[in-house]
Amino acid sequence: MSQPARPGAAPAHAAFRSFPSNAWYAAAWDHEVGRNLLPKTIANRPIVFYRTAGGRAVALADACWHRLAPLSMGKLRGDDEVMCGYHGICYDADGRATFMPAQETINPSATVHSYPVVERHRYVWVWPGDPALADPDLVPDLHMNDHPDWAGDGKTIHVNCSYQLIVDNLMDLTHEQFVHGSSIGHDALSESDFEVTHDAHTVTVTKWMLGIDPPPFWKRNLQDRFPDYEGPVDRWQIIHFTAPSTVAIDVGVAKAGTGAPDGDRSQGVTGTVINTMTPETDRTCFYLWAFARDWCLDKQVITTRLREGVSGVFFEDEVMLEAQQRGIEANPDYDFYNLNIDAGSMWTRRIVQRMIDAERGSDSEPPDEASGDAAVAMGAVTGAANAAVHEEGTGMAAEVAGGIAGHRQQPTVGLMGRGL
Amino acid sequence: MAATSAKKWRRARVLDVCEVAEHVRQVVLEPEHLEAPAAPGSHIDIGVYVNGRADVRSYSVVGMGAYGTEIVLGVQLARQSRGGSAYMHALRRGQEVSITQPLQNFPLNYGKPAYVLAAGGIGITALVAMGRALKARGADYQFVYGARSRGLMAFADELVAEHGDRLELRVDDEGTGLDVAGLVAGVPDGGELYVCGPTPMLDAIKAAWAAAGRRPADLRFETFGSSGRFAPEAFTVRIPRLGLETVVPHDVSMLEALEACGADLMFDCRRGECGLCQVKVVDVEGVIDHRDVFLSDAQHQAGDRLQCCVSRVVSARTGGLAGADGQPAVVTIDVP
Repeated sequence: MSQPARPGAAPAHAAFRSFPSNAWYAAAWDHEVGRNLLPKTIANRPIVFYRTAGGRAVALADACWHRLAPLSMGKLRGDDEVMCGYHGICYDADGRATFMPAQETINPSATVHSYPVVERHRYVWVWPGDPALADPDLVPDLHMNDHPDWAGDGKTIHVNCSYQLIVDNLMDLTHEQFVHGSSIGHDALSESDFEVTHDAHTVTVTKWMLGIDPPPFWKRNLQDRFPDYEGPVDRWQIIHFTAPSTVAIDVGVAKAGTGAPDGDRSQGVTGTVINTMTPETDRTCFYLWAFARDWCLDKQVITTRLREGVSGVFFEDEVMLEAQQRGIEANPDYDFYNLNIDAGSMWTRRIVQRMIDAERGSDSEPPDEASGDAAVAMGAVTGAANAAVHEEGTGMAAEVAGGIAGHRQQPTVGLMGRGL
Repeated sequence: MAATSAKKWRRARVLDVCEVAEHVRQVVLEPEHLEAPAAPGSHIDIGVYVNGRADVRSYSVVGMGAYGTEIVLGVQLARQSRGGSAYMHALRRGQEVSITQPLQNFPLNYGKPAYVLAAGGIGITALVAMGRALKARGADYQFVYGARSRGLMAFADELVAEHGDRLELRVDDEGTGLDVAGLVAGVPDGGELYVCGPTPMLDAIKAAWAAAGRRPADLRFETFGSSGRFAPEAFTVRIPRLGLETVVPHDVSMLEALEACGADLMFDCRRGECGLCQVKVVDVEGVIDHRDVFLSDAQHQAGDRLQCCVSRVVSARTGGLAGADGQPAVVTIDVP
């Protein structure tokens, strides 16, 4: 790992880039895992994902037991097996060898690790650590992503920064005023007070801005429900963090003075920004996000408007976060200076550091950054090869898949960029 | 976690050695460095001295001690052995040994609808931790533990206390010996059977499993190639092409004996799994005692090759051939 255990080390140290292994991480959107071999590096581990003919998502170590060739360079065989592309050894969904070349028996040691997988809330979650501890009930609650009371969609961004920097970013939305001035930013963001609460695994940051002019993004959303309303709004941002890397943000506006702070949101619109970050290596991550709304559920065009709008907003974050990562690496002798506005992120870092400390000496040495980088390089090669046979998605899935690919090419065409 | 991993050697101190059954000693080691507690099904390799020569043996990890850092082993003294198990039995408290980190070739797969664990004799050492893990997870499992007699059964009392009705003791000399067909039939569809025991037991279970048409990958087993159909005997091995002939003592493997007399053989796993040390059998006066899991039953029957790291030859009389004269066995082989 990049940082040895140091008693008393500040958990918000700039170089802190570690992550727990005993956690569920969203590896992909459900539609991305299909009847093809998808290599991904998760928490420095090379993993190959596929789906059985019966529809079950599978995550195997992407290294053949025999001589460590990537299984993702092989092919699917039968209903639930993968065949190594080098010497033909086959493994079932549990990672147990079912065929070996040039012998009549199966070597009893021939297994690759089968990572625990759960599909929930439109994501495929994988548990990199001790499989004995992989309790599906520990998957973060992101039900708004597939609950009938909500409508929405999202994308995946590959970001060249530690997942922790994105958690920091989401735990303090003061930055919206400066990074996202044209869309969701507002002077009230840095002027209003906030409250931070926490327990052993969660942190909540609550901020209310009463009687303000709505920023462009929220003015447009409120007009979906109340086309004639022009007045001030009460705005809320309630940030819920679930360790180690999921942040669901309850956001919205209501006509000012209609009781939203007391729980009556009938005169407003509510959204949930769903964010879950998955460490790829110590300094890169996958950022899976979605925006779910509670208004005009039947209007698909609003789903697209919000997805593309938020996509543009998040590109502004991506630019800053990757620059921040480079800044941290370019200033190895300097540490963070943490401010009052960082309270939420400080709590997340302390909780995550406790998870990491609890694993030290009890986790079988997690792979380090060098092996993670090697895994990424390997996955890039086999992933490109496999992409050629990737089945075309349909409908929403194809829209999202296209969004992932197109994100970097057309980052700023979102409606927010035009100040709507 | 990974199916295999590079071995890392470190020193360990012997904390305790005590008798836990006839010919079985529990050995407790504390390594100077331990990344993680041993996962169920794992083993360690340990440096031993056999006939004055340094060698390596593998022992299953029975479990971790109360502090989470002590590695508990169970070692059965092989009959007439001056080999690895004799070295292990001679260990004394405070002594230093050299061991690897826990190595995993027999991983337990979580999330199955049902499990049966079947231990024969000292094979129990590989399954104790699995039973504990399954119980902790509230899994549906049965634990079957068989042996020739009750006195040979290490850890039996603890296992009865721990597993209650889920544990079945099968004792040959009490007339309750293991019923292999019943064992296989008792594994629910989609469930897994984990086996560790002597070769004849494993062979019988493999045959019953295949005969029942069960999915091969659902039968999980581990072998250290440590037991065969017959007790080991000294025999002679000849390689005419190389002009070599040597006696293989009862406590030395054919591979080791051949290496000692100058044959340059390839090998890797040294437990009868990989197939690299295979030799051609040209002629045999006696009976081959195959102890590998590389060859199929049909290949064992054919008898034209053997895995010399574990397999042996016994005299015709020991092997039960009609009219045998009791002469020590001789095997003539050719090597790659």
